[in-house]
Amino acid sequence: MTSGGVLPLSAGERARGYLRAVGAVVWKDLAAELRSRELLSAMLVFALLVILIFNFALELDVATRRTVTSGVLWVTFAFAGTLGLNRSMAVERDRGCLDGLLLAPVDRSALYFGKSIGNLAFMLIVEAIVLPTYSILYNVNLFRPGLIVVVLLGSIGYAAVGTLLASMAVQARTRDVLLPILLFPVVLPVLISAVKATNAVLLGLEAAELWPWLNLLIAYDVIFTAVAFMLFDFVVEE
Amino acid sequence: MQPTPRALKALTWVSAGLFAVALLMTLFYAPREAVMGDVQRVFYFHVASGWVGALAFLVAAVAGVVYLVRGQRRWDAVGLASVEIGLAFTLANLISGSVWARPIWNTWWTWDPRLVTASVMELVYIAYLLLRQGLEDPDRRARFAAVYAIVGFLSVPLTFLSIRIFRTIHPVVVGNNDPTAQGTFDMTPPMLQTFLFSLFVFTVLYIVLLWHRVRMQALAEAVEQRKMKLLSA
Repeated sequence: MTSGGVLPLSAGERARGYLRAVGAVVWKDLAAELRSRELLSAMLVFALLVILIFNFALELDVATRRTVTSGVLWVTFAFAGTLGLNRSMAVERDRGCLDGLLLAPVDRSALYFGKSIGNLAFMLIVEAIVLPTYSILYNVNLFRPGLIVVVLLGSIGYAAVGTLLASMAVQARTRDVLLPILLFPVVLPVLISAVKATNAVLLGLEAAELWPWLNLLIAYDVIFTAVAFMLFDFVVEE
Repeated sequence: MQPTPRALKALTWVSAGLFAVALLMTLFYAPREAVMGDVQRVFYFHVASGWVGALAFLVAAVAGVVYLVRGQRRWDAVGLASVEIGLAFTLANLISGSVWARPIWNTWWTWDPRLVTASVMELVYIAYLLLRQGLEDPDRRARFAAVYAIVGFLSVPLTFLSIRIFRTIHPVVVGNNDPTAQGTFDMTPPMLQTFLFSLFVFTVLYIVLLWHRVRMQALAEAVEQRKMKLLSA
């Protein structure tokens, strides 16, 4: 780990130490997941089940598919996302891992960025599998560069605010049900613009229709990341 | 136990009197709107309760910031009190709006940006109360509630902005108007007076309720402490 504030370090060394700490947290999550594979498999199966249910609930025929695909995709990502967020924060708490992390001589915000990058990575992996599966099952071409950008931006905002709220939710008595209730009303602006941007890409609208939503998504990502970064300290402090 | 402060007692009676005057003004002083008829009278309290709702959530967010900076428990009480009052007034805003919308828009509900934002706001702060309920340790509860009050208050305007990009049919009576809105009207001076007076009265009402609720919270904590003392003795 880093050498904290013991020796006077130069700005460059401090930045490198910080990045190393962030990387260590991300790597810890990914390595644990590689060995157990419990989080990703649960998220994936859940996401596929949601798509399956939508198939019956909405009668996804060709005409409907054109208009509802963006909504179906984002509802799926949002639901699978809460599953992942809850699990990823619950393991920290269950075996006292969070206390260990907090004892490490690194900035608290490094923990926040590490956890949210880890959560983002899980979401992106699930999305990377769900999108092609959806393309094949419903015969819609989802391989478009615009869509990848939208999915990335939407997931960043979702993971940024989700990581903060999940670390609160897992510390509550009602943690199993609390996260979606806390997260969905707050993350709504991200989801709205993500759905609208996805729609614009899938319907092949011109760039003038897409850009306002992309700009909003970028703005929300910045706002939510900044707020969560500032408030995370208060959530893990004991 | 401290008795109710004299100022609070006086303010309670004053706000009750003011409320009665506002009600009379709404019903008798303000003229009947030519097109919409008497249902338009809901407007005065509708906007006033919407304003108090937004004000209350703003106060809760500010109290959250102050609590996180200073760590004094009374700011947590202010935040909780303000959220509870805000929920009640936002609900009044939503319901009175529905009552008006039924004859004017010919529907109880439409997915207009303002309506969605108000209901999302209501949901955010119901979640706030659920979060508090799930936490037993008072310090942690206060900290998490403050964090959530801040995040929630930032998110609500963003929701409004996102939905606003679609078209809205909600009338904008104060400020410049969109010609496509349905159910707008121009205010005559008595209407404007009634409207501003209602805003004032509801703000006073908010302050009185907040004061009572914060006091109640302090009393509840005092009771809790005595109970603990008795149980441990």
